[in-house]
Amino acid sequence: MVFSQARVRTRTRFREIVMETSKETSADTSADASGASSFATADAAGAALAHASYDSKIEGNVIFTRVDAAINWMRKNSLWPMPMGLACCAIELMATASSRFDISRFGAEVMRFSPRQSDVMIVAGTVTYKMALAVKRVWDQMPDPKWCIAMGACASSGGMYRSYAVLQGIDNLLPVDVYISGCPPRPEALIEGLMKLQAKIDGEESTRDLKAAAPADSIEA
Amino acid sequence: MTTLQTAGQEAAAKVLEKFTSATRHEFRGESTVTVKLEELRAVMEFCRNVLKLNFLIDVSSVDNMGEEPRFMMVYELAKVDDSVHLRVKAAVAEQQADAGEVPTVSDLWATADWHEREVYDMMGIRFSGHPDLRRILMWEGYPYHPLRKEFPLAGRPSEMPDVAFTGEAPMADGPFVTSAGSTSRVQGEPRAR
Ligand code: SF4
Repeated sequence: MVFSQARVRTRTRFREIVMETSKETSADTSADASGASSFATADAAGAALAHASYDSKIEGNVIFTRVDAAINWMRKNSLWPMPMGLACCAIELMATASSRFDISRFGAEVMRFSPRQSDVMIVAGTVTYKMALAVKRVWDQMPDPKWCIAMGACASSGGMYRSYAVLQGIDNLLPVDVYISGCPPRPEALIEGLMKLQAKIDGEESTRDLKAAAPADSIEA
Repeated sequence: MTTLQTAGQEAAAKVLEKFTSATRHEFRGESTVTVKLEELRAVMEFCRNVLKLNFLIDVSSVDNMGEEPRFMMVYELAKVDDSVHLRVKAAVAEQQADAGEVPTVSDLWATADWHEREVYDMMGIRFSGHPDLRRILMWEGYPYHPLRKEFPLAGRPSEMPDVAFTGEAPMADGPFVTSAGSTSRVQGEPRAR
């Protein structure tokens, strides 16, 4: 499948990557398909096509891959977290975002306090029943596609608070993609969880999901 | 620390002098006077205006379920310069708690406002004369008072559409639960596993 610039809304970012890839390729004198296939998401069929269609005039504008792979790759490297910091775990979340641990290395540094602009909710802390429906409401306001990380024992299971006041795991209310153990988890653990989420996003069937969610004529693919 | 003890004892002695039915208890240098509920308001006014105990550290309540009277109100009084510390207690029967027979002290110490709301929320003791007796930790409409002894730690299910709901927490096993019936306290601790 040809994946050309006009097809995808986020094409500017995508093209930057294409350019980088093609720079690598031009260093390679044989100029075969290695450039296209070094793009991590190209599958075997795509690589074969790339070889046949190599043309230096359009190099840098055309790349072969699956739409799913490209979309997933874009999504997973620019996750905008909704920091749902509710207790002590939020301190570690802040540490993760700060200079020493630097979550921006994984493209997830843009913490948004508006649910409309975020796509991964990091539930960091003890979810009391009083707060639970507010968390749910913020989650409902986040646009699809969205993911949820339950950070720490409290968000995952109520933790040590086996009590009348604490929701026994945020998964009672929202679908959780990644659970992170620890009380609190170290920033490394949160980063590991984020990488797990990236791996999960990488395997999603985004085009199918988009088609299922949107009217058929709004997507060309 | 002898001056601190003496000051507290002095304050207690003065309360006893004025209110003859009050009783006094000393424990490790801390003075406690126990008064009748009917006299509580007068005692508190005396402490605030005559003894000049201008700092209400805390208001709390104790549930002695199975005893009569069931509840005990506890007020921790002090001066801001920490020179005096006096504890005042008053027993409250269950009917008195429900009927709102405990007088508020929120006009004497503004800080009592929220403390009394908490006592009401958690223990269900109502205060007469309180300016705004609403729940403070749980939401308006939550049907229980969770610190009463008959209320299970795991909680009870409740539902208020669009406001909040509660469920019952699983109390068996899990990483944070002490093991029942273990031979020693140390062995029973969650971290021993
Ligand atoms: S898991 Fe531990 S550190 Fe995190 S919110 Fe709960 S108690 Fe705090």
